[in-house]
Amino acid sequence: MLQTVSEPRADGAAGSVAGAQLAAYRFMLKARLLDDKFAALYRAGKIHGGVFIGKGQEALSAATGVSLKKTDVFAPLIRDAAGRLAFGEPIIDAVRTYLGSALGPMRGRDGNVHRGRPQTGLLPMISHLGAMISVVNGVLFARRMKGISGSVGVASLGEGATSTGAFHEALNQAAVEKLPLILVVANNHYAYSTPNSRQFACADLAEKAVGYGVGSHSVDGTDLAACLATLTEAVGNARAGHGPQLVVANLLRLCGHGEHDDASYIDPKLKKSPLGRDCLKVAEDFLVEEKIADAAQLAVWRSETIREIEDAVAIVQREPAPDPFAEKWCAIASVHLGETHE
Amino acid sequence: MSITYLDAIREAQAHALRADPRVFIYGQDVGAFGGAFKATKNLAVEFPGRVLDAPISEDAMIGLAVGAAIEGLRPIIEMQFADFSTVGFNQIVNQAATLFWRTNVSCPIIVRLPFGGTSGGGPFHSQCIEAIYAHYPGLVVLTPATVEDAYSMLIEAVAIDDPVIFCEHKFLYRHLKAEKLPSEALPVGKARIARVGRDLTIVAYSAMVHEALEAATELATEGWQIEVVDLRSVKPLDTDTVIASVARTGKLLCVGEAWPWGGVTAEVIARVASEGYGLLDAPPQRLNAKDTPVPYHPNLWTAHRPTARAVATAARKILRQ
Ligand SMILES: Cc1ncc(C[n+]2csc(CCOP(=O)(O)OP(=O)(O)O)c2C)c(N)n1
Repeated sequence: MLQTVSEPRADGAAGSVAGAQLAAYRFMLKARLLDDKFAALYRAGKIHGGVFIGKGQEALSAATGVSLKKTDVFAPLIRDAAGRLAFGEPIIDAVRTYLGSALGPMRGRDGNVHRGRPQTGLLPMISHLGAMISVVNGVLFARRMKGISGSVGVASLGEGATSTGAFHEALNQAAVEKLPLILVVANNHYAYSTPNSRQFACADLAEKAVGYGVGSHSVDGTDLAACLATLTEAVGNARAGHGPQLVVANLLRLCGHGEHDDASYIDPKLKKSPLGRDCLKVAEDFLVEEKIADAAQLAVWRSETIREIEDAVAIVQREPAPDPFAEKWCAIASVHLGETHE
Repeated sequence: MSITYLDAIREAQAHALRADPRVFIYGQDVGAFGGAFKATKNLAVEFPGRVLDAPISEDAMIGLAVGAAIEGLRPIIEMQFADFSTVGFNQIVNQAATLFWRTNVSCPIIVRLPFGGTSGGGPFHSQCIEAIYAHYPGLVVLTPATVEDAYSMLIEAVAIDDPVIFCEHKFLYRHLKAEKLPSEALPVGKARIARVGRDLTIVAYSAMVHEALEAATELATEGWQIEVVDLRSVKPLDTDTVIASVARTGKLLCVGEAWPWGGVTAEVIARVASEGYGLLDAPPQRLNAKDTPVPYHPNLWTAHRPTARAVATAARKILRQ
């Protein structure tokens, strides 16, 4: 019997392995189609600023999102549309932020991938790479102080961000405090145009875990089933009190750094290697082969999802833009301490 | 009983820990050791699990505080010296300072900065970097000059729903004493007339308030009545109190221990020049540290920063106009 879930659900403690694979696949698909839409809107000149997509990284991102519970903490980065959706971010939050709607979570004050709702555990990234890890630590640290147990936190990262001081400070801090942090590194072999040979000198980034005294996991980031198995284990370890876990996934970004970038610097040999496989296609073949879904069902989901995304875009395009005259122009919560001088 | 500026900071933190279960202190050596300056002495014993040593990771210390604030706590982060806060600068100005504006979720953290020059401190243990924080939107920057303010402003800072950069002057730590802790205080954001006069307004903050007061005493022997305004908070800046004082005296000298370029003194003069131009009988002047790193040797250091004598000399020049 084929599953006929109409709404994918992430539940963190996914019942069956096949159920989790299916749910994760559907977030991958949603993310891919949403990213495609943003890329199209970018080319049509409908977006202010850049568009940053996660093509080729959806398996890892979705696996991360579905491994979490809604009460956990997640600090996604630029290529995490799938993980965000799986963690519970509605499509419309993404669309509103990209289109700068006044009704979105960032109200036109911030855009594109810089979005989140801190009170739901979805932390809004700042651009400065590595900076979100210690913020996740802080939430976990505070929960422990408040006597709340059982939640974990994920920070996403590219391999380039592992070169920052912030990465080092935060991973060490999490290790010292034995926090239930899972650091998920997408090693897509290029940080913008910089290849790994100019980024780090160790043989495998996962080896860094030893130096920090944290758990270490490596996975093929093009393989959804493998990503799910690894993330389930890493999240489980953290939740069971075994301290921080470093997950390194090897993959390739199948797009530019942003939509302005043609990624001509990516080595064609890498593209042709197993790393260059499209994880979405790999997941679809896997689901069909394992009889978890059939081609007809996949096609239905695809067209349903496209409709859902088009509907969201149509709604947001009719929404008000932020109004500079209604804007309060006060950066602090304590209005009485605001600077009135311009 | 006599209470130092440093005691006041310790007592304010003890008060905050006692009064509010959301408060905790995190910083290098603040736990059992009680902090490099002993500003958290015995607090780890009195409040177990809430006064915690941090690794030497200023970036991660501030990041952790922001996460804890999102989760509803009220962290107090002690930087061992203000100078080292530059390592956590990114988290302060880009993470903490932007959170509320971007998300509508407030970020009530306090970053305590033991700052300012002491004899022998040298280039990396003496800096005054309040202006650089005040430059960024989203931060409140406090500079108490008295034992009473060190106590009451730190307690008030815990109640503020925004990131507060609390600049506590190391020179005042043991040097300033009061009879008792205050039971009432001016609110944060209000400047204080530290001495009343009619011939010249000297605007100062933190340790420079005391140099200005000493200069005013010296100038009084020459027949000049100097008004001294203690800003207390550099952001927000109480422009009204400054301009009201200039309206009484017609002359302005602004004194800061920080470097001159783009600093608090420049900001005060810009505001008075644009909004109180007609009140001025002479060009407004300022006195700052010299534009070099802070020197180590006392001979150089006392020439580098404004002293009471330098303030009096600068004041005389204006008074004679
Ligand atoms: C601290 C910092 N320096 C520089 C940048 C500019 N920048 C944005 S993305 C990027 C490359 C990031 O590479 P990586 O961490 O590997 O992530 P990927 O883009 O490959 O997913 C750079 C250099 C930044 N955002 N933050």
